[in-house]
Amino acid sequence: MDEDRVEAESTPTPARAEREATEAKRSRRGFSPRLQAVLLPVLAVFTAFVIGAIVIAVTDTTVVAAYRNILRAPRAALSATWRAVATAYGALFSGSLGSPGEIFQAVQAYRSTGDTALWLKAIWPITESLVAATPFIFSGLAVALGFRCGLFNIGAEGQFGIGALAAAYVGYSITNAPRLVHLPLAILAGALGGAAWAAIPGYLKAKTGAHEVVNTMMMNYVAFRLSDWLLNGPMKAPGYRPVTPNIEMTAALPRLFADPVRFNAGFFLALGVAALVYWFLFKTTLGFEIRTVGANPHAARYSGMSVTRNFILAMVLSGALAGLAGASQVLGVDYWVGQGFAAGYGFDAIALALLGKSHPFGVVLAALLFGVLRSGATRMQSMAGIPIDIISILQGLVIMFIAAPAIIRWLYRIRVERAEEVVLTRGWGR
Amino acid sequence: MAATAARSPQRPITMGRAQRMGAVFLVVGVATLLFFGRGLEAGQTAKFGLNPGFKTQAVQIPDLTLPVQPTIYALGAIILLLGIWQLVRGFRSPEALLGVVAFCFVFAFLTWAARGKSFNLVGMLSSSLVRATPMALAALCGVMSERSGVVNIGIEGIMLMSALAAVVVATVTKSLYLGLAAAILTGAIIAAVHAVMAVSLKVDQIVSGTAIIIIGTGASSFIAARFLEENVNGLNNSGTFPVISIPLLSKIPLLGPIFFENGLIVYLMLALAALTHVLLFSTKWGLRVRAVGEHPRAADTLGVNVYLVRYVSVILGGMIAGIGGAYFTIGSVGRFDEFMTAGKGFIGLAAMIFGNWNPIGAFASSLLFGFADSLQIKLQILRVPIPSEFLLMAPYLVTMIVLAGVVGRAEPPAADGQPYEKH
Amino acid sequence: MSLVLKLQRITKAFPGVLANDHIDLTLEEGEIHALLGENGAGKSTLMNVLYGLYPPDEGHIFLRPRARVGATPQTAAHDGLVEVKIHNPSDAIAQGIGMVHQHFMLIPPLTVTENVMLGTESTRGAVFLDRSDAAKRIREISQQYGLEVDPDAYIKDLPVGVQQRVEIIKLLYREADILILDEPTAVLTPQEVDRLFSTVANLIEQRKSIIFITHKLREVMEISDRVTVLRDGRVVGTTSPQQTTQAELAAMMVGRQVTLVVRKKPATPGEVVLEVQDLQVMDDRQNLAVNGVSFEVRAGEILGVAGVQGNGQTELVEALTGLRPIIAGQVRMLETTVTRASPRAILEKGVAHIPEDRQQDGLVLSCPVHDNLVLCNYYLPPFAKGIQIQEDAVLSTASMLVDEFDVRTPSVFVPTSNLSGGNQQKVIVAREFSRPVKLVIASQPTRGLDVGSIEYIHGRILDKRDEGTAVLLVSPELDEIIALSDRIAVMYRGRIMDIVPGIGVNRDYLGLLMAGVEASEAAESAPPTMEGEEVVERVF
Repeated sequence: MDEDRVEAESTPTPARAEREATEAKRSRRGFSPRLQAVLLPVLAVFTAFVIGAIVIAVTDTTVVAAYRNILRAPRAALSATWRAVATAYGALFSGSLGSPGEIFQAVQAYRSTGDTALWLKAIWPITESLVAATPFIFSGLAVALGFRCGLFNIGAEGQFGIGALAAAYVGYSITNAPRLVHLPLAILAGALGGAAWAAIPGYLKAKTGAHEVVNTMMMNYVAFRLSDWLLNGPMKAPGYRPVTPNIEMTAALPRLFADPVRFNAGFFLALGVAALVYWFLFKTTLGFEIRTVGANPHAARYSGMSVTRNFILAMVLSGALAGLAGASQVLGVDYWVGQGFAAGYGFDAIALALLGKSHPFGVVLAALLFGVLRSGATRMQSMAGIPIDIISILQGLVIMFIAAPAIIRWLYRIRVERAEEVVLTRGWGR
Repeated sequence: MAATAARSPQRPITMGRAQRMGAVFLVVGVATLLFFGRGLEAGQTAKFGLNPGFKTQAVQIPDLTLPVQPTIYALGAIILLLGIWQLVRGFRSPEALLGVVAFCFVFAFLTWAARGKSFNLVGMLSSSLVRATPMALAALCGVMSERSGVVNIGIEGIMLMSALAAVVVATVTKSLYLGLAAAILTGAIIAAVHAVMAVSLKVDQIVSGTAIIIIGTGASSFIAARFLEENVNGLNNSGTFPVISIPLLSKIPLLGPIFFENGLIVYLMLALAALTHVLLFSTKWGLRVRAVGEHPRAADTLGVNVYLVRYVSVILGGMIAGIGGAYFTIGSVGRFDEFMTAGKGFIGLAAMIFGNWNPIGAFASSLLFGFADSLQIKLQILRVPIPSEFLLMAPYLVTMIVLAGVVGRAEPPAADGQPYEKH
Repeated sequence: MSLVLKLQRITKAFPGVLANDHIDLTLEEGEIHALLGENGAGKSTLMNVLYGLYPPDEGHIFLRPRARVGATPQTAAHDGLVEVKIHNPSDAIAQGIGMVHQHFMLIPPLTVTENVMLGTESTRGAVFLDRSDAAKRIREISQQYGLEVDPDAYIKDLPVGVQQRVEIIKLLYREADILILDEPTAVLTPQEVDRLFSTVANLIEQRKSIIFITHKLREVMEISDRVTVLRDGRVVGTTSPQQTTQAELAAMMVGRQVTLVVRKKPATPGEVVLEVQDLQVMDDRQNLAVNGVSFEVRAGEILGVAGVQGNGQTELVEALTGLRPIIAGQVRMLETTVTRASPRAILEKGVAHIPEDRQQDGLVLSCPVHDNLVLCNYYLPPFAKGIQIQEDAVLSTASMLVDEFDVRTPSVFVPTSNLSGGNQQKVIVAREFSRPVKLVIASQPTRGLDVGSIEYIHGRILDKRDEGTAVLLVSPELDEIIALSDRIAVMYRGRIMDIVPGIGVNRDYLGLLMAGVEASEAAESAPPTMEGEEVVERVF
């Protein structure tokens, strides 16, 4: 028998209410819940950046050397810090958004000579950010959908990879098909591939209660090995690199600008799918069921919903979205699949879903941010020598801050209102 | 309407389940005969070496030479018989039988794989134990933590950071022991962060664990890329713990080379498995930990400090995971590579579940996974006609199968994963 | 008689609620002092303060000092009491205060010995548990107080009555002199209640003092020496059974004159709506929880299922609503066999289900009220066209239901967790009763509710019955069953012991059945029906 909540029925849980009341006494500023829902993620990102700056400074040998002499030349230490951080973050932003100067020059050049080359070069950073954001939108949606059903899909990476391979296969193995048929088919293949890959842990969770965290992780590793085998075997292009053949152009997502800009229709597809997911989750009976199962599977069962069916449905849809992420990458950007294709997308997606509060629109915004970070990080690595992994550190910090809003609130002295929290998980699948 | 309520714990589970088990056995038996029993040349033998490569034993045991065909047929027949019996009569505990069937199947597989060749069985068992070590340590970390009610899936991240700390400190100080100490300290610190998030801030524990994995993976790769690549000899070249032979005991045939000829970390793992078991079930502290994990409010009303118990358990677990991380570097290859834990942290969690949150059970399950791991290497050496990539999948697939079969029945501590709200 | 405890002006507030408002209470040595009040009056809060689980905002606690070797003698006030500060349960225990909570604080996978010694473990060498030493002490206490228990048994294998004994032993093991019992009879059969009362008498003989929290008037009159009534966090009065009546106590509890009699129209049962034959259902631990149950419920009548919780009622209800598989037997609803039907199919057949645990099973607390109101039929027109939800229909229906069923809520958009227990239950009732239903299955519908809500829900159930709906009412509160049911079935260990008419039923007969006595034997000691006026009591 579960605990009786007699006391709790006429009062909110005394301890929780008391905790929040004392926090209210301690803090000074108050914000409405709506504002807070936006403010906290922003502050979380900001704080993560600050910590990132500290990491950059601390691991920079010139900065550390300058601090050795801090008492004698404090200004030098500070300016060294500033320089290190500014270079790093400057590279980050110029690599992801482009510099106003370049854009201005490019516009001038176009006006006078009709030459588009400079223009293309100027918009390259920001288009690259959007290109990077596209698979983030899909994979963030995938994890967010899972969260809505109370499922923790860490397998987005494996589903991404399988989806990419499936799309690539359809892309290169069918020739002489019109784009109108080939492209949708390839996209569908990607979605189906991811869906199938997620269906297995979904089924296992539904029928045996096995926790999807471990199973999706395992499927990731299996996918990794499987793709290894495929890329060295049946799906290998002639030559000695373990990659697939290039897809036919009839399966490619159309690009909007000339080379080298890679911005393609995939971005709009992602936005469309985000809107579709929104409609699905909040305006349909199926979405209502998924959300109810996520919020309270007991009540869902009691009111006639099938929890197992919804678990499987949510995992399949989640996998399909992750598969689309992979497909969009193959069909729109790279046109081939190689090893390590899906690396990192799984955990990024989790951070996205948390940052976006599992809401499609929030996920889109978060994905744009991450797209900026991703494309800027390459610049940061080449220009400032900061390893790309700093992005992982930033993401992990963001997750921590979102999961424990108390840290942010404590840091910035914000008063608590009873904000809505997205239900996530419940122990080991019972 | 006579009879009082039937309490029948000894009855086999509902008919349907028993029959399904029987059917599964039958299928396995048929598969054994089909896959391994065909295309065999008569007179072929498989030789199983029962001595380790190096000669430390008192007695050399003759190798076990088995005739392939009869052995495989016999094993297949045994499985089939068991399956038929299970279908018709049903056994008291089908799980034990499942173990027997699995054993027969694996043995038949090995016989088939080794046909016409020889195969060092003792060597493989010994390497199973070694490979099981990080998984067992991860499992023990999980047990310590979850027995007090805190889910810790971030073990992967803890192990990576500890591995890094171990190798760097060991290289710089030229002392493996200091490296080990650094690993333990790192594990404790990261676990403490998780404890703060989970116990005091009452964050969703799975999310907190995920954050730790991400930060641990990112930070370890970051540091490796930033510092270790440029300065391999100064920072990333520690050497490893040597193999220590326990006198006398290591001379026992079969068991000696497997259990008593190992590096320090393996011995630590064996000791910790026993120690944590004793700690949990025979000490005052262990009783409190179990109470807090099952019913924290009850413990609270009796004056037990729930938060303190959880903190200590999580941190102790982190220290054990730290040792697990140290295995990868100073216990194995003497350097750090990105992502080198390759999921062993998660497999450790599966071992914990399979072992029913019991230290000895977790250890035994880890041995199973270690066996699967070393099996695929051996099979590659034997040039078994299965692509190596599929063999590499084996540990992960086994994990999933195990979880699927076991989770319904294994019971975690009742308050596992639920933050404790002090009334 | 000397005082052992005095609570002075104890005040405890939670955000939005003043749970204890300057409460004064005294306890004399060897006394049984009842603390009476309806659900939510602040009784448990007060005792939790005394036990150190909450710090009081204001007020003082005075105790008679315990003679302890080596302790510094404290100057006592003229009544022999000394002020103490109790910051946590350890302090309370040290001061000789022990509490048996309403929901047992026992750990099922551990043994009796382990549960009892937790926190004050006897050890060998300061590290290793000494179970045999503790077991010996437990046996001594068992003997001394007549509380039989096997120290090596696992709690999960023990019946509830025995578990309660373990809880009491826990207190005595720590040498408690003041024992607080929080609603101890809630889970006991009438016979077990008698057993408990004799244990209590025994404890009193051994110079213990007892505070007895309850909301049941009958118990107060039967066992207490004095009674303090709480209402809305304040003490309404302190009196003794000799000086008062049940009616007076009820009025003090609720604050207005309360009629103790339920007037209901005689039942006019129609066709058989629910027919259950030889039902067998397993519980979670693979034991047979429902063992060959047969009964029928007709339109326009209420069949009450009485019995102490844990005798298979939960599993029975789950089986009837499709939530638990049926391994043998048949269920028929209006001529259709529904034994293997899914929960949704059963709901669609016209069944309303008010679940036992409203917060876990009946509502999605984080969702808005309007979502919860359509939880069972969101997929049907007019709420959905195909898979698209028609929000206007949902909202207008929600508003209408909130008005019709008097649900006190600021709006239909607030999360349901904001509502009080009574209003949450009304949401469930509104949802279930607004559908076209032929059968209502209500499981503990008024558990933990205030009197106003209880009256309301009883009223709606009776209305449904008068409209011609069949009602299956399952409740461990015997008074509720007797008050509402037209026929009463008693369940014990998964069987129906007997089914008797509700009019004039003999409480003692039911009590015997609830304790497992066979119907024929029970009838010899207590006739099933009594002649005379149909006096039925209100539930408190």
